[in-house]
Amino acid sequence: MTIKSVLVANRGEIAVRIIRAAKALGIRTVQVYSAADADMLAVRLADEAVNIGSPAPKKSYLNIEAVIEAAKAAGVDAVHPGYGFLAENGDFADAVVAAGMIFIGPSGDAIRLLGDKVAARSVAVGAGVPTVPGSDGRVDTLAAARAVIEKTGFPMMIKAAAGGGGRGIRIVQTLDDLEQQFPQASAEAAAAFGDGGLYLEKVITRARHVEVQILGDGENVIHCFERECSLQRRRQKVWEEAPAFLLPADIREKLCASAVAVARAVKYRGAGTVEYLYDEDAGAFYFIEVNTRIQVEHPVTEMITGIDLVQEMFRIAGGAALSIRQEDVRVSGHAIECRINAEDPARGFMPAPGQIETLEIPEGEGVRFDTMLYEGYTVPPFYDSLLGKLIVRADTRNACLDRLKTALEGLKVTGLATTITLHLALVDDDNVRRGDYHTRFLEAWLETHFSLTVARKVEVA
Amino acid sequence: MTKLEIRSPLPGTFYRASSPETPAFKADGNTVASGDVIGLIEVMKTFQEIASDVSGANIRFLVDNEEPVMAGQVIAEVEQ
Repeated sequence: MTIKSVLVANRGEIAVRIIRAAKALGIRTVQVYSAADADMLAVRLADEAVNIGSPAPKKSYLNIEAVIEAAKAAGVDAVHPGYGFLAENGDFADAVVAAGMIFIGPSGDAIRLLGDKVAARSVAVGAGVPTVPGSDGRVDTLAAARAVIEKTGFPMMIKAAAGGGGRGIRIVQTLDDLEQQFPQASAEAAAAFGDGGLYLEKVITRARHVEVQILGDGENVIHCFERECSLQRRRQKVWEEAPAFLLPADIREKLCASAVAVARAVKYRGAGTVEYLYDEDAGAFYFIEVNTRIQVEHPVTEMITGIDLVQEMFRIAGGAALSIRQEDVRVSGHAIECRINAEDPARGFMPAPGQIETLEIPEGEGVRFDTMLYEGYTVPPFYDSLLGKLIVRADTRNACLDRLKTALEGLKVTGLATTITLHLALVDDDNVRRGDYHTRFLEAWLETHFSLTVARKVEVA
Repeated sequence: MTKLEIRSPLPGTFYRASSPETPAFKADGNTVASGDVIGLIEVMKTFQEIASDVSGANIRFLVDNEEPVMAGQVIAEVEQ
């Protein structure tokens, strides 16, 4: 069945992105919102909007009952969950289907299987994909954890089986550390995720974060090449690129094929991302996890492949077979995305909600700004700090960096602090320009380079 | 006796305790010293401690746990 109407069960820039894709396909849009979000751009753009509760996420965007009621009352065919909130909640996917609507994403069972990090790791092993050295599945006792570490060595990560998005991770360097942290990690995981299960993964000291975009229709699976997302602060991506420019061609081929193998193993339906650590020195990649949703950084893939991933999600969920063949997916040029957050880089990235006074958005060839901002809009304090994503494409990476710099200089937001200044410093950095960075680069760089830049500016002022 | 106000420096969601399992930083009627943490404000998924900038007795909270607050809103009053 072709989808004719959709409820957008999210907010912010991704709600705007979903509405634009739906409108391009002639689909009627219904936007849910909390009491704090009545003025948001997605509400203004949607055909209809429904207030589903108070500002606290658990009383609105995380309230399955309220979202399902709104969808039923609006009489929509389908629900798009975006990212975050209920996007990777298998019970929500089931509830949408039980209410007679289409969930735009994989089945509840697939979400639960791949959302359990230990089960997902087993799927990868079964599909012949290398995983980070560590425990085979869950580790129940300290003795079992010690036995794993005797084989693999330190440093080791203790991870929550039900964790994700960088949450529920501890790094241990010694046996004493392990003995202290293991029981704490289990208690913390039980409290945070309702599941105290833990597993172990070796820390790859100089790793890149590389991930492969996949699209599946339940039968066929294709990949749309990879993204490089190593510039992270507190395990949150800050800057993403596509393709991963330093990846040798033979490794790229194996990496992308392995992602397709993982997705095929579970008859994947929808858009998804298979995440890996890439050890540049060893030329080896290791599976980390599968994200069963559209990702924040999906636009860099769109910019180099010309594929509209969100529109493809609508088509697949509507029952269409994949219309894109693998041989038709080609990389053209290079793309970079900068996440523009309402945070003050000069004050330790303190969150900075507030009202947008003026907004200037750069335009031009290869420049795209996905955002929920408009002049006069007040960014509420109740949700994440992402204001928008500046995405730039050019024929080569160097040309892309030049174009990005111009675009960043042309992006002007007044009324609150943003991370535009951080990106202006990054685009000028020699290491970033050479592509010489890894997942722990940015935090160290902020201490040594960026704080100096900020201090100098203060002195001059 | 005068009443002194403790205001939230930031907009967000106010919490009386560091987690649902732990007791409140201050109970109504407690004495407060300048610098004491009286609650947390969740702003854009990060937590900031709210420290009292005054000393006083018999603190009375004007905002409930998990309630939204505006920047500058009075969270509690103490007597001096």
